[in-house]
Amino acid sequence: MSRISRFFKRFYLGIILVFLYVPIIVLIVQSFNAGKSRAKWEGFSFHWYQELFRSASIMNALQVTITVAVIAMIVSTILGTLAAIGIYSMKKRQQSIMMTLTNLPNTMPDIVTGISLMLLFIFTKVDRGYFTMLLAHITFDTPYVILSVMPKLKQMNKHTYEAALDLGATPGYALLHVLIPECRQGIVTGAMLAFTLSLDDFTISYFTTSPLVQNLSTLIYSATRRGIEPTLNALSALMFIALLVLLLIVNRRTKESD
Amino acid sequence: MRYNVSLPWWAYAVMGLGLAVFIALVGLSIRRNHGIKRSLFSAPYTMWMILFTILPCILIAYYAFTDTAGNFTLDNFRTFWDSNSEMKKLVGEEYAASIPRGTVNVDTLVYSLWMAFLCTVISLLLGYPAALFMADRQMKLGASIVVLFVIPMWMNFLLRTIAWMSLLEDNGLINMMLKAMGFKSVRLMYNSGAVLLGMVYNYLPFMVFPIYTSLSKQNPSLHEAAADLGCSPMRTLTKVTMPLSLPGVISGITMVFMPSVTTFFIPRVLGGGNTMMFGDLIESKFLTEGNWNGGSALSLIMMLLILISLSILRKADPNGEGSGIV
Repeated sequence: MSRISRFFKRFYLGIILVFLYVPIIVLIVQSFNAGKSRAKWEGFSFHWYQELFRSASIMNALQVTITVAVIAMIVSTILGTLAAIGIYSMKKRQQSIMMTLTNLPNTMPDIVTGISLMLLFIFTKVDRGYFTMLLAHITFDTPYVILSVMPKLKQMNKHTYEAALDLGATPGYALLHVLIPECRQGIVTGAMLAFTLSLDDFTISYFTTSPLVQNLSTLIYSATRRGIEPTLNALSALMFIALLVLLLIVNRRTKESD
Repeated sequence: MRYNVSLPWWAYAVMGLGLAVFIALVGLSIRRNHGIKRSLFSAPYTMWMILFTILPCILIAYYAFTDTAGNFTLDNFRTFWDSNSEMKKLVGEEYAASIPRGTVNVDTLVYSLWMAFLCTVISLLLGYPAALFMADRQMKLGASIVVLFVIPMWMNFLLRTIAWMSLLEDNGLINMMLKAMGFKSVRLMYNSGAVLLGMVYNYLPFMVFPIYTSLSKQNPSLHEAAADLGCSPMRTLTKVTMPLSLPGVISGITMVFMPSVTTFFIPRVLGGGNTMMFGDLIESKFLTEGNWNGGSALSLIMMLLILISLSILRKADPNGEGSGIV
C-alpha cells in the first residue's frame, strides 16, 4: 500500500474520531471551569466536584441508577441464562418462535417499549417508581443476555453433556459443571451488556418512573429545562473515567486469560 | 429515596400463582423423566415476556382503538390524519367543510422520516469508509481502533448531546472562534441542521460496527483471488468487498434509522422546539396532554411503519447475517 493512501486512511479515521471525541473533551474541560459559564474559562478549580458530592438529588439519582443496574443485571442474567438453556433444548419450531419473541424488544423502538410498559402500569394501577423502573430494566436486559449466551451454547459440542450423563452425572450436576462453564464467556458478556445498557438507559426509565424517583438520565433530562448545572459535567467526567478504568481492567483480564 | 412498592392484591396473587405453577411443572417433570426437563428452564422467561412485552403491546392496541370511556372507536386514527377532526365534530356538519384538514401529525411524521433518512444516508457515507479502513488488514490497527469507537458511547448520551450545545450556542466555542478570526457569529442551534448533526453524532457508531464486523469476517483470499483474476483494487472493492458486506450495511441502516425516527431528546435539546419530530409528538401526547388513546394510536402507527421497513430490510438480508453488533 502506498504511503499516501495509508496516510489518507489514517487521516480520515482521525477526523471521525475527533468528531466523536470533541464534545466529550469539551465537557470534561468545562467540569474544571471555576465559573458557571459554558463558554468562558474562568480558571481551574475542583469547585463543581465538591458541589457534586454535596448535591443530595444527584447522589440519590446515582444510588438509584447503580442499584437498578446491579439488581437488573443479576436478575436478567439468571433469567436469561436459564432461558437460553431452555430454548436451546427445545424443538426447532418452538425454538424459532422463542427467538422471534426474544428479538421483538430489540426491534421495537425504546419509546414504544417505555410507553407500552407505562400503559401496563397505568392499566394495573401500579404506582410508577423505583420498582416499576426495575421491572422495565429487567425486561429490556434479558433478551440481550439470551442473545449473548445462545451462540456459546450452539458452539458447544453437543456430546459433552451426554457424555457427562453417560459417566454418571445427574442432569443437575451436568448443568452446573458442564453447560454453565461452557457458556461462561457468554454469560459474562451478557451481564456486562445488561449492566451498561441499564446504566445508560433514558427513554424507558423516563416513562416507567415517577418524578420522585429519578435515575441520572432522567435527572439530567429535567435539568436541561433549567439549564445544565456544571455539577453534571463533573459527574459525567467521573463516570467516564470510571468506565474507562473498568474497560482497561476487563481488557487486561481477558488478555491474561487468553 | 422512596422504594415505592404498592401493588394491588391481585398482582401478588398472579405472581404467586405463576411461581406455584412453575414449581409444580418442574416437580412433575422431575418425577416423569428422573431429571429436570431442560426446556422448562425458559418458563420463567416466557412468563416474564408474556407479562411485560406481549401484554403491554396488546394494551397499546387496546388504547389506540378505544375512547376515554373504553368504547371501540377509530377517532384516534382520524385525528392522526386530520388534527381538526374533533373540532369539526363539535361545530357540526355545516361548518365542518370550511375548516381545512389539520396536517400537523402527518407533517411531523413525514419530517421525522425525512430527517431519519438523511441521518442514515450521512451515517452510511461517513461510516462505510471508516469501517473499510478499520478492517483493512494492511493498516495493522487491530482491536484497539474498535475500542476507540466504543468509548464515546459509554458517556451518557444526554450529556454528549448537551455538550454539543456548548459548541453550537450563540456564545459557544465555534462562534467564539469565528469571532476571534474576524467573522460574524452564525446561528447554529435551534434548526434542523443542528438536530441532524446531533443524530449523526449519536448514531454513527451503530453504522460503523456492523459494517466493520461483516468486513473483517471476509476471507482475505477472496480479495487475492479477485486480484489474481485481473481485478483492479477499485473493481475488487465494488464487485467483491461491497456486495459481501451488504448484511452489515443493512444491519447498520436498521440500527441508525430506527432510533433516529423515534428520538425525542435530540430535537428537544438541539432543535429547541423549532423542530418537532414524531417521538416528540408521542411523548407530548402522553405526558403533556395525558391523551393515552391518541398517543397509543400514534405509537401503533410508528410500530407498523417500523415493522414494514424491517421486513423490507429482512428481504435484502434473509439469513440475518448482519445482525451481530460487535
